[in-house]
Amino acid sequence: MKLKLEHYGKGLAKGLGVTFRHVLRHRITTQYPEERLSVSKRFRGYRMVWDEERCTGCATCAKSCPQGNIEIVTSTKRDENRYVVEKFEVDTGRCIFCGLCVEACPYDALFYSREYECSTYRRSDLVLSRDQQKRTEGKELSAYFHPEIEENLPAQTLLLDKAGRRSQSLWD
Amino acid sequence: MNNLYPFDNYWAHFGVFAVVVLLFVIAGVMAFIYIERRGFGLFQMRMGPNRAGPWGLFQPIADAIKVLLKEDIVPDVADKVVHFLAPVVGFLPVLLIFAVVPFHEGHGLIPDLNVGILYVVAISSVGVVGVFMAGWASNNKYSLIGAMRAMAAMVSYEIPLVLSILGVVAIAGSLSMNGIVQAHDIPLFLLTPLGFLVFLASAMAEINRGPFDLLEADSEIVAGFHVEYSGMKFAMFYLAEYGHALAMSAIAATLFFRGWEGPGGQYIGILWFLVKIVFVFGLMIWLRVAFPRLRIDQLMGFAWKFLFPLALINLFIIAGEMVGFDGDIPWWMLFVNWAVTIVLVLVFSRAYRLGEGRVEVKA
Amino acid sequence: MEVKTERFVLNMGPQHPSTHGVFRMRVTLDGEVVMDLEPKFGYLHRGIEKLAETRTYTQIISLTDRLSYLSSMTNNHAYVLAVEKLAGITVPERGEYMRVIMDEMMRISNHLAAIGFFLNDLGASVFTPLLYMYREREKLLDLFEMVCGQRLLYNYMRIGGLSHDFPSEFLPALKRFVAEMPAYLEEYEDLLAENEILLARTKGVGILPRELAINASISGPVLRSTGVKWDIRKADPYSVYDRFEFDIPTGETGDNYDRYWVRMQEMRQSLRILNQAIEQMPKSDQMNAAVPHFLHPPKGEAYGHVESPQGELGFYLVSDNSIAPYRLHIRAPTLINLTALREMVIGWKVADIVTTFGSIDVCLGEIDR
Repeated sequence: MKLKLEHYGKGLAKGLGVTFRHVLRHRITTQYPEERLSVSKRFRGYRMVWDEERCTGCATCAKSCPQGNIEIVTSTKRDENRYVVEKFEVDTGRCIFCGLCVEACPYDALFYSREYECSTYRRSDLVLSRDQQKRTEGKELSAYFHPEIEENLPAQTLLLDKAGRRSQSLWD
Repeated sequence: MNNLYPFDNYWAHFGVFAVVVLLFVIAGVMAFIYIERRGFGLFQMRMGPNRAGPWGLFQPIADAIKVLLKEDIVPDVADKVVHFLAPVVGFLPVLLIFAVVPFHEGHGLIPDLNVGILYVVAISSVGVVGVFMAGWASNNKYSLIGAMRAMAAMVSYEIPLVLSILGVVAIAGSLSMNGIVQAHDIPLFLLTPLGFLVFLASAMAEINRGPFDLLEADSEIVAGFHVEYSGMKFAMFYLAEYGHALAMSAIAATLFFRGWEGPGGQYIGILWFLVKIVFVFGLMIWLRVAFPRLRIDQLMGFAWKFLFPLALINLFIIAGEMVGFDGDIPWWMLFVNWAVTIVLVLVFSRAYRLGEGRVEVKA
Repeated sequence: MEVKTERFVLNMGPQHPSTHGVFRMRVTLDGEVVMDLEPKFGYLHRGIEKLAETRTYTQIISLTDRLSYLSSMTNNHAYVLAVEKLAGITVPERGEYMRVIMDEMMRISNHLAAIGFFLNDLGASVFTPLLYMYREREKLLDLFEMVCGQRLLYNYMRIGGLSHDFPSEFLPALKRFVAEMPAYLEEYEDLLAENEILLARTKGVGILPRELAINASISGPVLRSTGVKWDIRKADPYSVYDRFEFDIPTGETGDNYDRYWVRMQEMRQSLRILNQAIEQMPKSDQMNAAVPHFLHPPKGEAYGHVESPQGELGFYLVSDNSIAPYRLHIRAPTLINLTALREMVIGWKVADIVTTFGSIDVCLGEIDR
């Protein structure tokens, strides 16, 4: 009679070994307020940035939004032969961040912003007005559908780079 | 050493030690909560809690405050008296176990009780009633399923637990905890590995922990018998669970690891005791992290078909060795014992069958 | 003496930690044994098929993302395939290779999540295997973020191609990921594939007979675990799948363990396809076909289907030459796979309901649409 041995606990021992090996590995937690991750260059996130000089008030972005989140009200300025945009409001509470508006703008006047710490206390504060979205110095722009600014943006932090190093101290 | 016993007053000794034991249990449970959460983080490549206080040390205190401030909700159709008493009946036995645990040579509440270990076994069986009361009184189908499973499992695992303890008692020759600590020169987990394995498995099943925690399986019956509890009553169950883990670690450290003995044991015995408790708890954490859960019929099968025969055979082997060596087993027998353990585990694994458990349903 | 017992009805309700979404099951139990099971869903119905009738063809892509939200690229791909069939558009080669790379990365990411949650339901108490698998999934999600800016709902494929080209650092990072992934797969198998507790819980449990699977039009890893070698990538190749060499793993009995095993092997095959796709990808610039901004496909109907990680995902499109489709119907694989749950679970215990349900890998967004 052949004595075939299976299921005697070898699988259990292997499982214990794998979990033990993980004790010696690098901790992959990012301690949030002290260390921050750098998001992708093409981040498609929470806020829009609107370039006032390039915008002509054509409202192509508003027409391409699947939900109708963008509200544009213009008035004419006959002596300069252009539209003046009085109201440019985006309801980021209803927005699904599909990016079709940025894609649709024929004058490259709409950008996504790379900020992600955008919580507010009231729901009505999520409707951004034109002054909150005006393009000013210091706003971080994302290169989604704007390849011209892609080189100058900081590189993204990848977990591929972080994991696999030796362990840091146990008491952090 | 300053023995507190020469208090002339019997009541003073009891008073002081009762307070000491209560503080030890509460501090120990908080320490265990902290160790467990940081321990899980270690095994899973993440930090545990490290924001509440330096290195997260105030996390259990924050948990305690949170639980105290919650509203105490009692379901309308629940049996009010039983619902109220269940946490008490669940927590009290845990506290009572510490009466006989020796923290240091001859120190403890009643460390020289001559039926120490028998008292421990008897008291821990009372905890089962608390669980069942909780499940029944909640008037909820999930709790009832949890309570039924709990009763069946906890009662079945008493038997291998007692038998493995009997092996240790046979070597020590006395039932008192203090006597067991000084039973043998080398720690008993080396001399009787089979007894230690059976004890560890049964203890983890008794306290509903680790791979045997189907009674509070979050993914199936949503917290089992304590699903309707909130606020301080839930805190009692939580305390009872970790307290029971503390108690079982303490008993394992006393029985199998020689309790407070160690180099320099005369003066720092209590430190060695704490180190051994944390070591046993570390083993429990490791086993919990690595394994999935057993189903109820597999749990019962494990107790009756695997642990129970092994515990019996363990008892016979120890009895045989004690008779053969006239009461004093030499240290080199541990190699023989380890070989016998491995052979027995391999032999019993032949009885492991897969794919059973389906019941024919007549529609 | 006859012991009088009574069956009782347990409602594993819409709020439950392990029903993978809002899903309700009405289970009749006799002690711990399941006598009958009735699934009741519809809690996540959002009216996607009706909404699609009022959106242009490009706007619907962002709607299809939200069907099976863990495998959003394959949803996009299936829809775009249907529209291209209808309008007669061919995608250039580089675009097809990019789509294949995205699909296979999506398959690995979805299977990691599915296996992780399956093991979590089994009770690996503090989700240890889930966390280990999520570490790899995080790496994949970082790569997705590099390409299209989002981690979960991509809206990346367009009619006639894709929205962006790969950035220059994407392919080296992907090569590094593909090189180190097999070692991690070995580690997962060490952790759990031979574990006796896992084998006892899943082998022989929840068996799906082969005839029932074929008759109920089940597809995906659930069908392949019963032993039927049916994969749309080989049976009806779309995109450039006919240029790659890969195997189709099949199980034997159709129990829970086979479904877990088939998914682990499919991840290996996806890595193989990724290696070949990265090597064979043409370096030209042309990745999008020329498509008008507001597409008016000719009148007619088309059905486009892909092998999504859950099964055969199909989109049936009827157009009447206007901006928006006349009717869009979605063949959701998980809904059809769910119809066999009752037969799989009867006779087993309460703990096995959750395990079997987890092994089918449902995603409520797709079931309820």
